[in-house]
Amino acid sequence: MRAQFVVAETANGLRRNVTMTIAVIVTVAISLSLAGAGLLIGRQVATMKGYWYDKVEVSVFLTNDIAQPDRDVINTKLHDLPQVQTVYYESKADAFNRFKDQFKDSPDLVRNVTPDALPESFRVKLKDPTKFDVVATAMAGQPGVEEVQDQRKLLDKFFRVLNGFQTAALIIALVQVVAAALLISNTIRVAAFSRRRETGIMRLVGASNLYIQLPFLLEGALAGLVGGVLAAGSVAALKAFFVDRQLKARGGITAIPFIGWDAVFQTWLYVVPLGVLLSALVSFVTLRRYLRV
Amino acid sequence: MIRLDAVSKVYPAGTRPALSDVSLEIDKGEFVFLVGPSGSGKSTFLRLLLREETPTSGTVEVDGKDVARLSSWKVPALRRSIGCVFQDFRLLPSKNVHQNIAFALEVIGKPRVTINKVVPEVLRLVGLDGKEHRMPDELSGGEQQRVAIARAFVNRPLIFLADEPTGNLDPGTSVGIMKLLDRINRTGTTVVMATHDSAIVDSMRRRVIELDAGTVIRDQARGIYGYAR
Repeated sequence: MRAQFVVAETANGLRRNVTMTIAVIVTVAISLSLAGAGLLIGRQVATMKGYWYDKVEVSVFLTNDIAQPDRDVINTKLHDLPQVQTVYYESKADAFNRFKDQFKDSPDLVRNVTPDALPESFRVKLKDPTKFDVVATAMAGQPGVEEVQDQRKLLDKFFRVLNGFQTAALIIALVQVVAAALLISNTIRVAAFSRRRETGIMRLVGASNLYIQLPFLLEGALAGLVGGVLAAGSVAALKAFFVDRQLKARGGITAIPFIGWDAVFQTWLYVVPLGVLLSALVSFVTLRRYLRV
Repeated sequence: MIRLDAVSKVYPAGTRPALSDVSLEIDKGEFVFLVGPSGSGKSTFLRLLLREETPTSGTVEVDGKDVARLSSWKVPALRRSIGCVFQDFRLLPSKNVHQNIAFALEVIGKPRVTINKVVPEVLRLVGLDGKEHRMPDELSGGEQQRVAIARAFVNRPLIFLADEPTGNLDPGTSVGIMKLLDRINRTGTTVVMATHDSAIVDSMRRRVIELDAGTVIRDQARGIYGYAR
């Protein structure tokens, strides 16, 4: 095996076919960027789920005119439920303080809210956050209860939106991958055709399949690698510019845990090898059809 | 060295067989002319030996091996044992004489040291020493064919196939090419040459196999191109 020969042939082929190679690189980069973005959204959802599901509570909001005995009954009932881990009481004053703290960046909003406007509530933390129904049933028809609210439901709505984004990104990525595959296949065909004189002689003098096909295969794989690396770069840019600079820095949503760089590195582990493998595989299949040995 | 046993070849689109029930044997070191009109099956015969095609029925043996039953990864080894030249030379126009011959060695993984040693040797053999840096379009037809012969022979094949090697050359140049093929034959290489050139066949007085419509109609030890000429 003379590596030097194979490398020279590969470089030669890339030089001859430079426009098609650029087209392949761009398509691969776009499709894998979208795939990477999809993966990143998935990671973001998982991060938030892990963070928030631990913290979610069932809020039992009380009516404004609640009497003390009702309050005690509710307190006891909640404590007696075996699924309940902790219960704490949040008075109107507590609620107002928490509100002030949460929206300290929007003083206008705080100025317009009086301590009286926020309802008092029992915050119930469940051992298993999915067991919301138990609390809802226990509180049904209980005097003094305004509303039982499952924070998980609010979160799920938000997650559904994010999951929608993820699905959309992955579907577009898939379409792009198909386009990239067709483009690679065509590029390799053109390359094989433009070098049919050389490959014909190689066949004739008894060069092995590996020698004949490897330069084409490497051409495809190299374009795929460059595309994959570009995609890795754009995923990192998405994290650096969109997540870090836009979302995190704007404040207000500081309560949201964002993905770290480890998530970005993990998507790289998919995106870059996927670029190489996709191109190499498509090249291989194309060569089997168009470069008869 | 070459043995065909009841070989027939029918191309998928063909109405009649390109070869039909051909049996013959060519020994090591023989020089054989393959003659016959266009479409008589000469090219199919050569393609079967190279395993560019497989026979529809019958067996083709090269150096004791059944060519059709060779696994595909052994085909390159078969082709390394067969040197080939054609009417149209098939040189790479972007490479000079030395590079054209070196290419054939590079692609079968020969080390650079070996290449630099054997290429000048074979160029001397074909009478082209001193022209290794010429480009193919700077050479005459006869010289280009010599480069092609050098490329086919540089690996010292057991069998040398020539498909109308003088088809594009004038008679004087053709004689020079035939002398070269004769010299290659004298090294013990089996030579099979398909040709339409009656003058060459008549002057060489070697074995002649005549094909017509896919069948062997004549196999003569020291033959001429045709009876009626």
